[in-house]
Amino acid sequence: MTVLGEAVRLILSGDSELYAICLTSLKFSGTSILLASLAGIPLGFLLKLKDFPGRRFILVAVNSLMALPTVVVGLLVYSLLTRSGPLGSLGLLFTPAAVIIGQVVLVLPIVTSMVYGAVSDMDPRLPETLTTLGARKQHYYLMLIKEMKGPVLAAVLAGFGRVIGEVGVSMMLGGNIRWYTRTITTTISLQTSKGEFELGLALGIILMLIAFSLNFLIHMAARNE
Amino acid sequence: MMKNRKPAAVLLALSVLLSWNLSAEGQYEKEASHIKLATTTSTENSGLLAELLPVYQEDSGIIVDVIAVGTGKAIALGENGDVDVILVHARSREDAFVEGGYGVNRRDVMHNDFVLLGPSSDPAGIKGMNTAADALAAVAASESDFMSRGDDSGTHTKEKSLWKAAGLSPSGEWYKETGQGMGAVLTMTNEVQGYTMTDRGTWLAMKDKLDLEVLVEGDPILFNPYGVIAVNPELHSHTDYEGAMSFITFLTGPKGQAIIRDFKKNGEPLFYPDAMK
Repeated sequence: MTVLGEAVRLILSGDSELYAICLTSLKFSGTSILLASLAGIPLGFLLKLKDFPGRRFILVAVNSLMALPTVVVGLLVYSLLTRSGPLGSLGLLFTPAAVIIGQVVLVLPIVTSMVYGAVSDMDPRLPETLTTLGARKQHYYLMLIKEMKGPVLAAVLAGFGRVIGEVGVSMMLGGNIRWYTRTITTTISLQTSKGEFELGLALGIILMLIAFSLNFLIHMAARNE
Repeated sequence: MMKNRKPAAVLLALSVLLSWNLSAEGQYEKEASHIKLATTTSTENSGLLAELLPVYQEDSGIIVDVIAVGTGKAIALGENGDVDVILVHARSREDAFVEGGYGVNRRDVMHNDFVLLGPSSDPAGIKGMNTAADALAAVAASESDFMSRGDDSGTHTKEKSLWKAAGLSPSGEWYKETGQGMGAVLTMTNEVQGYTMTDRGTWLAMKDKLDLEVLVEGDPILFNPYGVIAVNPELHSHTDYEGAMSFITFLTGPKGQAIIRDFKKNGEPLFYPDAMK
């Protein structure tokens, strides 16, 4: 009860650091999921609807990569971005860009695989129907995506949940720098390490509130359409 | 029915992009110059950096981005050139860092000491012992739970040297290598009511939350000096050497040293300045 009270008090207090931390989390996760969706949704459709060399390999790779732990993604991207690594000259380590790169790598397989799964479950007559209805080539995929918007949205939301809740990538690639790369999850991790469980739990509750509000809003929007 | 779909997606994308321009008070200033400091969890968890850095930023206009990790990792970040300056506590490894050509201009900053903590019941009977190594030998003999950092940090390095001094290589179910930071290890030690070794700064910062007490202190072997080292700009030309040196100058100068001296928790100093002796 005291923890819940502390969470409510923190949220109501309008603490600027708390606000900045939540905003940073949303920026990182929002950007990552946007980029991952731009690549992952078309890729998911392509993998099902087109046959091209390497398709099976990509499928297996995508499905296996879903199981990649966040710290491994962090470590892989770290070894690329460190000053002594191949992309070191870009100076990206411990910047928001590094976190976003890591999160895109983390979540792209999930979005792709879930979209692929959804397309696989689709009524096989749908593409034919669309063609029969005279859907032009350039509109064909757009129409498909519209028809599939429910499952596609679910894939994006699942991906968003994964990135906003992960700590391994953000910690390793962002460095938990105050006012810069400190996110909700890295703050929870820091507070826990300091034995400040109340603040950590309060932030956990805020994280759940964000996830809940977002899902609720999208659910309502989907219903209204 | 689906007319609104596309604008909605565009709106979502736009809002993500726009969110980058939102700012909260005190937020990261892109225009200001930044240096990256890799340091140990003890300086961060004790709250000392939160006292030092705003003053330095005020004076110099340079913002210090803190990456708080164990000493082992902080040194590795310095070796890779991922940070500009490191503030750590493991003298032998600091010397190796400088001798290896990775760092330049090492300076003493401050010290505190390590203490052995345990439950007030003290099943190993080490309370009041003068020699840390003897105390550890008693803990090992009684097979009481001992929580080790196990993370290659400065504290872990010191702990291993104590076991060596005791002529033991600890193993067994009672010896727990946690692989976590100092704060987390103190919390765990409290939960299992075991023994551990900690720097005094973290202990003082957290003792209100812990049902443990200091059982052994004052052995000269428990001395815990902190050093600051600039990453060698000849090895890593992209590092901000001037920024690093300005931070070192501040830390070891009158202002920084005074802040370190006056930093207290419940009236007790956490660190003792060393640079201007």
